[in-house]
Parts: sequence; C-alpha cells; structure tokens
Amino acid sequence: MTDAPRPDAQRSLSSRVVTGVLSLLFVGGIIVAIASFAYGRQAAREAYDRLLLGAANDIAESISVLGGEPLADLPISAFKLLALAPDDRIAYAVRGPQGQLLTGNDFARPPTDTRVTTGNPHFFDHPMQGDTARFVTVYRRFAERDFSGTVSVTVGQTIAARNAMALSLTRDALIASLVAGVALMLLAALVIRNAMEPLNRIASELLDRDPYDLTPMDRNVPAEVSVMIDAMNRFMLRLDRQFSSMRNLISDTAHQLRTPVAAIRAQAELIGEETNDDARQQMVTRLTRRSRSLGELLDQMLSRALVIHRTDSAPRLPIDLRDIALEVVDSRDHELLAPETEVELRIGPDEVIVLADEISLTEAAKNMFNNALRHGASPVTIGVTVEGTNAALWVEDAGNGPPPEILDRIGERFERSSASSGRSAGLGLSIVRAVASAFQGEVRMAPGENGFRVTLLLPLRPTRTGDPQ
Amino acid sequence: MIRAALTALTILSALPASAAEETAVFGSEFGRPLLFRSTTDIRVLGPTIQEFTRLNPDIHVIYEQWGSNALFDESRSDCDQGRGADAILSSAVHQMVELVNSACAAPYRSPQTEALPADRRWRNELWGITREAAVMIYNTALVPPEDVPHSRFELLDLMRRNNPAYQDRIATYDIEASGLGYLFAFSDSLEASTFGALLEGFSRVDAVATCCSNEIIQGVSSGRYLIAYNVLGSYVSTQYRDNVSVVMPEDYTLFLSRAYMIPRHARNQGDATRLLDFLLSARGEALLKESGLVQRRDPEETFLPESSERAIPIDPMLLVARDQHRRKRFIAQWRATFGAPQFLSP
Repeated sequence: MTDAPRPDAQRSLSSRVVTGVLSLLFVGGIIVAIASFAYGRQAAREAYDRLLLGAANDIAESISVLGGEPLADLPISAFKLLALAPDDRIAYAVRGPQGQLLTGNDFARPPTDTRVTTGNPHFFDHPMQGDTARFVTVYRRFAERDFSGTVSVTVGQTIAARNAMALSLTRDALIASLVAGVALMLLAALVIRNAMEPLNRIASELLDRDPYDLTPMDRNVPAEVSVMIDAMNRFMLRLDRQFSSMRNLISDTAHQLRTPVAAIRAQAELIGEETNDDARQQMVTRLTRRSRSLGELLDQMLSRALVIHRTDSAPRLPIDLRDIALEVVDSRDHELLAPETEVELRIGPDEVIVLADEISLTEAAKNMFNNALRHGASPVTIGVTVEGTNAALWVEDAGNGPPPEILDRIGERFERSSASSGRSAGLGLSIVRAVASAFQGEVRMAPGENGFRVTLLLPLRPTRTGDPQ
Repeated sequence: MIRAALTALTILSALPASAAEETAVFGSEFGRPLLFRSTTDIRVLGPTIQEFTRLNPDIHVIYEQWGSNALFDESRSDCDQGRGADAILSSAVHQMVELVNSACAAPYRSPQTEALPADRRWRNELWGITREAAVMIYNTALVPPEDVPHSRFELLDLMRRNNPAYQDRIATYDIEASGLGYLFAFSDSLEASTFGALLEGFSRVDAVATCCSNEIIQGVSSGRYLIAYNVLGSYVSTQYRDNVSVVMPEDYTLFLSRAYMIPRHARNQGDATRLLDFLLSARGEALLKESGLVQRRDPEETFLPESSERAIPIDPMLLVARDQHRRKRFIAQWRATFGAPQFLSP
C-alpha cells in the first residue's frame, strides 16, 4: 500500500465493470466475428455447393446419346438453381470421354488429378476470368450400343452470393452479441447496485453509532462484504481491548497507588512531628523503602500496560528465546535486587524460535526472573528448552514456591495484599500471563527438578519441513 | 420528329473495316467520341441520341448499327483483345447475358439503374432499356376480319384449316439468321406447350422463315405475306403502314427489353454511363416511348390481361438459350419444320 492515492481508487465499481464488459465485448466481438465469419463461410459454402451440385446433376441427367453422340438438353431448372445466387457468373462444360468439349465454356475444366475417382462429385476452387469461383464436376457413364464412356459435367459459379451470405451471418452474430453485451452490462449494473446496497447500510449504521460503542457489527451481509465487516470488528475488538486496558491501567493505578501514597504521606507527616532523632532516622529509612517499592510498582504497571499495548499492535517476528534469557541475565538486575543470590543460565546450542514481540517477551522474562529473585531461594536458574511443539522459557528457584492458596489467585489483576505490602509479585505474573495468551502460549507454575519452576510455554515457529528447531 | 432527326444525322453507308450495317454521327465532332453499337435501327433510336448530344454538347456519338449476331461476335472478340465500343445496346438479350457472364462488362450503379426492376438488370452490368412487345401483324386488306388471330390458338386454328390463301403466306423470323428471332422462339418454347403445335402449323402452311424485321413488315404491307408471327412491335409502330395491323396475342405476349452494356475495355466509360442514365431518365424514356421502343400496358388500347404479359427477364437463365447443344437441338427441331435456310427477298 502506497500513501499516494491511486488515480483509479476513486473510480466507481460500475465504471470498472463497464470498462471490463466493454473490453470483454471488444475482444469477444473480434472472436465472434472471426468465428462466425468462418462458420458463415462454411455454411455458405455448403449451401451453395449443394446448388452447384444440383445444377450439375440436372445437366448430367439431361444428357442423352443421340446418333452416337452424347447430347445435352441443358435444363432451365439447372440455371434456376444457379440463379439463386442472382449476381454470380456461371460457367459450365460438358465433356466427352477424352475430355473434348461437347458444349459449354471451354475454360471450365474438370480437375485433372481425379480421373480415378470418377464416381464422386468433385468440388474445387478455380479462378473464373479473374474472379474467385467454385466448381463442381460430376460424371455420368454411358454404356449404349453406339456410345460408351464417361461424360463429365463441370459447373462453376463466382462466389459473390457466398460472400454476401457469410457476411450477413457474421453481421447477425455480431448484432446478437452486441445485444447480449448490452444486456450483460445492464445486468452487471443492476447486480452491482444490489451488491453495494449493504455497504450503504453499513455506512449509515456506522454513522448512527455511539462513539464509545465498540460492539461487533451485524455480520448479516454478503460474504464479500463480510470480509470488511470482520476486519472492522477485529479492529474494534482491538480498540476495545486497548480502551479497557487503558481503563484498567487507570483504575489499577489509582487503586494501587492510593494506599502506598497515603502511607508515605502519613509517615512523612509523622517524621515532621517526631523529635527523637533515632526514631526519625528509622522512619526515614522506612519511608525510603516504601517509596522505592512504590517506584517498582509503578515500573511494573507501566511495563504491563506496555506489554498489553504491544501484544495487540506490534508485528510478530521470529525470536530466539535464548537471546531473551541471555539478555535478562546480562542486564545484571539481580546484582542490584539480590546480590547474594546465585544465578545460572541454562540454554542449549540450538536456536529456539518463536513468533512474538521481543520487548513483550523480555518484559515477561524479567518479571519471572525478578519474582524468583525476590521471593525464591538461591540458586535461581533461567533456561530455555523445547517441549514437543512448544518452546519453554523457564525460571526455577530452590524454594518451595508460594503457598497453594496464593498460587490459585496469583496473576490476577487486583491483589491488594501485594499492593498494600508494596510487593508486586501478582502484577508481574499477570504480565507473564498476558504475554502468554497474546502469543497463544500458557504459563505453568509447578515444582521443578530442584525447586519451584515458572514456565512460559510458546508454540515453536513451524519450520518449512515441519520439524521443530 | 423523325424527319428532323434525319436531317441532323449523316448516314455513312459503307465504312471500311467495319461490319456495321450503317453508321451515323450525332453531335459536334469536337466533343469526346462515344462509340455506340446497337442492333436498333438508326432511324428509330436516332432522335433519342440526337437529344442526348443536344443536352451533352461535349459528347459526339458515333452510332453503328449492327446485326445482332455480328455484334455479338465482334464484342466477344473485342473483349478478348482488350478493345471495344463504349456502349452496346442489343435486342439479342441472351447474347448480352453471355457477354456479361464472360466478364466482358463494366459495372455501374446510379439511382436510375437501381430503380430498374430486378428482371431488367443483372450484376449492375446489364440493363434493360426498352420494353417492346413481340406481336403478330397482318395485312388489313387481305386478311378478312374473321380470320384475324387474336391469340396463338386462333393462329393455330387458322393454319390447320388448310386454307390455300395462307399457304406460303405466313412469315416469321429465321432463327438462325436473327438473334432476336431465336430469342423469341426460344422464349416461346419455354413459355407454353403451344410451341410444338405452332411449328407443326407452320409446317402445314409452308410458312416462311426470313430475316429481319423490316423485310417482314414490308412483306406484309406489300401483300407478299398475309400474317407474320413474332414481329417486334416497335418496328411496326414506327414504320406504320395503313394496311398493316398489330395484334398482341391474348394468351401471352412476350416483352423484350433491349439490353445496354458498357464493355469492360470501353475507353469512354464515363460518357457511356451518362448515356445510360439519360436513356433511363424520364426524358429519355419519353423519347423512347415516342419512338415506340417503350410500350406501356394500356388496357383500353390492348385489351390485354395483365397476366398475359411475359417479360423476357435479363438473367443467367438466358445462358441456356446460348448453349451449343440446346441450340443445336432447337434449330434441328426448327429446321424440320422450315427446311433449309432460305432468304427470300420481300
């Protein structure tokens, strides 16, 4: 798609169809003209060949042997047949056994090469005084007492009538196809009008719609139009998701920040009232811790909003999960968060490719990693493995994991306890879940080989051979 | 009118190297020459040609009068040798059809030619100009009214009566000497079964077959013949004599259209087409009518029922008349009646 508007983008469908039908008619007309002219010539040839043959047979029938000589009594009927092609010139010849002319025009000669097939009438083309002409030769055998032999009768006629007939057949066919073309065009216009009717309905429906109404549109439209409706509905669904995640973000933020901010304000006020320096120092330390965990909370809320936004809008690219794990370890966050924790990276030599958004995946991985650092026991291992058709990015710590009642609720959006306590494990896991569901994967939390393991399972990118890499 | 025309034309009786019977020149000699060959008597068609050259002073017409067979032979060889007259008008229509069929004619179209009925033109190369009846004539002084035949049946009855007065006194064309006579006889043979009976009748009265309209008409006028069969009516009316009367046969009357053709090799085709358009124009037709060459049906005068008019159509069927075998058979049949060719002077 280019940004510049294409010149034909604005052209109406009707004019496109008219252009299409016209070019179809033009090409079709040429084909019809050629075909019908060929057909017409064939038909004219057959029709007039019969007349020619009829005339020749008439003449042959009229021959009788008189005084040892074949004598033709040229019948009027033969010439009446030929005169059905009123403006064509005629040539005929009656010839004796040696080819000598008995009567007629000397230039009307039977074919020389078909002496053997004297039984059948023989048609051939031959010029007649400069004009194209069609000839037929028929033979009649005589076995009389005083004459024996084959007499040939050759009759020819110019082809003006044949051409006229072929042309008139062609013209008729062209007129018929023209009429059909006009009918086709009218029909096409009608069909287009009918087909475009749903679009008008959709347009007015859209115009009448409340701006915040993002419910799907009526899909009771022709299949061709429903493509557009589906796209529009999908678009509105995304929009709706974005809207609701934004609404969630706002309400979550408001909800989750209210308590810590109130606590900080209360502590700050207490500090102002406290006169004891030791107690004051202690309170300042607590205030600092509070505000730091508030910052972390904010970070995670923003990164969750980022993930939700990106999973809807960012293009899916092939990503090696090992790169993600490597990046998480390389960022050295654990040295700040939990300097005493031992960290291990476990990845194989083969690349593990999934289709996803890199930033979202990194966010998810960091959250899983940080959760383990914060809540788990050392050592913490981050690894990438292949499980069947799925790729797994997992984080494992040596601890026992959260208690089962927390495990059930973990990852839900509202987790007042964590928020009020300044911790944000729930929020972090909810990011992981959001990423998993956005890329058709899942989150598994279960005891692992050496402790508690959180796994992000994503489908492997299908390879050309179908084998997972 | 005829006299006025005759003063204008010069008759050159014997031109060397030409088989023309007579030659006349119309119009100024400074105009473009138009060689016009016709079987029509110069005295009959002359006034019309005279009027044409008067209206077209840039043309002068060399009018050659030919016998129909000689004209055909000449035109046929002209066609092969790439020369020829500029226009031909012949009463032997079947010969003209053969010329056109042999690709010897040039096509032409104009509103006048398009207006002709279909049986008076062929291929836009041959046009029927005149309309003349084949009639019976008789000597009014010598044939009593009760003997006057009004149809072929009455003529047959008359000949079968063995009346010695008619012995050797009935004439018709010699079909070998006259192309027109052959055409009429041939058309008769196609038209009705009376033809065989007629031949038998002619044989019974020792009818005379002779050449040329003029001889026959003069013979009837002089009393040499009492009745003549199949005479071109136009010649009778132009050479009208008080003692010669005309009968259009009531069973059927043949009408002939003299055919006009422009040879393919004509040097002056443009003027030939002008002459054609003139002959087909209202003015030309009026002049032809005056000369007796266009005979319109007039029931009050002729009492002829419409169905009895048989025009000889100008179409390829006339080629049958030209066929050697057919002609041989036909002439043999004719000869059996009339005997060896004889040319009697009137």
